[in-house]
Amino acid sequence: MPRTRARGLLSPWAKVAVFVCAAVPAVWLIGAAATDRLGANPAESLLRGTGDWTLRLLCVTLAISPLRRGLQQPALARFRRMLGLYTFFYAVLHALAWAWLDQGFEWADMVRDIAKRPFILVGFTAFVLLVPLAATSFNRAIRALGARRWQRLHRLVYAVAGLALLHFFWMRAGKNDDAEVAVYAALVALLLAERSLHFFKKNAVLPASTGH
Amino acid sequence: LAATRSALPGAVTLEKLTDSADATSYNNFYEFGTDKAEPARLAHTLKTAPWSVEIDGLVKKPGRMALEDLLKLAPMEERVYRLRCVEGWSMVIPWVGYSLAELIRRVEPLGSARYVEFTSLADPATMPGVRSRVLDSPYVEGLRLDEALHPLTMLAFGMYGEVLPKQNGAPLRLVVPWKYGFKSAKSLVRIRFTERQPATAWGRAAPQEYGFYSNVNPNVDHPRWSQATERRIGEDGLFAKKRKTLLFNGYEAQVASLYAGMDLKVNF
Repeated sequence: MPRTRARGLLSPWAKVAVFVCAAVPAVWLIGAAATDRLGANPAESLLRGTGDWTLRLLCVTLAISPLRRGLQQPALARFRRMLGLYTFFYAVLHALAWAWLDQGFEWADMVRDIAKRPFILVGFTAFVLLVPLAATSFNRAIRALGARRWQRLHRLVYAVAGLALLHFFWMRAGKNDDAEVAVYAALVALLLAERSLHFFKKNAVLPASTGH
Repeated sequence: LAATRSALPGAVTLEKLTDSADATSYNNFYEFGTDKAEPARLAHTLKTAPWSVEIDGLVKKPGRMALEDLLKLAPMEERVYRLRCVEGWSMVIPWVGYSLAELIRRVEPLGSARYVEFTSLADPATMPGVRSRVLDSPYVEGLRLDEALHPLTMLAFGMYGEVLPKQNGAPLRLVVPWKYGFKSAKSLVRIRFTERQPATAWGRAAPQEYGFYSNVNPNVDHPRWSQATERRIGEDGLFAKKRKTLLFNGYEAQVASLYAGMDLKVNF
């Protein structure tokens, strides 16, 4: 017996509200950079800020399915694609901030940096893995791939989450400062634990009922 | 804080000064938190008077020196040094103080003294970062005795003509312009002369990343980033190209002889 469903979730305005909320950090960061309010090292603030928000949006995206099941609000699924695309959007800003502000678009330096430094390589790999997910996020792509294959492809997001955490951990490791990393890691672990629990429950019931 | 311009070769760069607003709001001072904005926000709790520095170890005249006496120990000079942080940013700061050598000569190190160890204040009551497990407390740094005696190595009491702001390491700190910034320990409470190389705070926390010498060197990368370039804080806005980092932070003419015959990649 489902609990009362929050009907507001189905309103077209709900999508607009989520869209606007997810855009706020980007608008704020770019606005603050343009008006010189990012402190003494705005390039670093932008690089860190876009990285933080990529990770946060990734966590929010991964939280949709567990929340949908836990709160019995199937309508939450409507926001998942948008949030996933926002994760990619912030990842693009983060990669752009690195390529532009940190590396000055010196392509040879960038290639060397990626090859030489595991922390950059891991972040870069996570970004590359997000590209096919963003590229197959529209309905026609889902139909063309077939739901099963599409779903299998989109499980790449779990690899992205692991790599993003490792990237963040290595960034902080030299400073011995992993408190914040631990918070994100615990959150991601919790969200993935819910998924595996759900998966086992489903599979424990299914074989009997399908009669194979 | 009254001072005269230093006449020491290399002690006054003519490069554009970093805005004092930037130099006093963007600080690494982990005793007040790892975020660079935290020291400016939290360091007001630091109590800088009364203050004294313990001089001990292998010296003829050990003892505790009061800040007032240290301020009068030698004439105050203004020196404009480049400051290069190991993280890849740099500033140009006018410091006020004198050569550390002035103090060292007065306390007369013994012949067996080969290193100098610097200890920063670690007061959990006024320094919230001391309790964190990021770095062991207190903060310890070290120099070889000949590095400590080099005239460019400075004991600083002020910057921009004023007494040192607390977030910049009041009431006295070390400034070693050819080494990465973390070698220049802040808020000193102890200077000890030793025979053996001191175990520094960063050396203990991450020995593969932070060597004892930590001379600024564009040819020796940090394991996680390049040291070939640096971002000069406040220079030409967001899209300014980074500038090339210079060997010994541009003080090669003055200090290279200290490291003659040493492999700087091994002794990083």
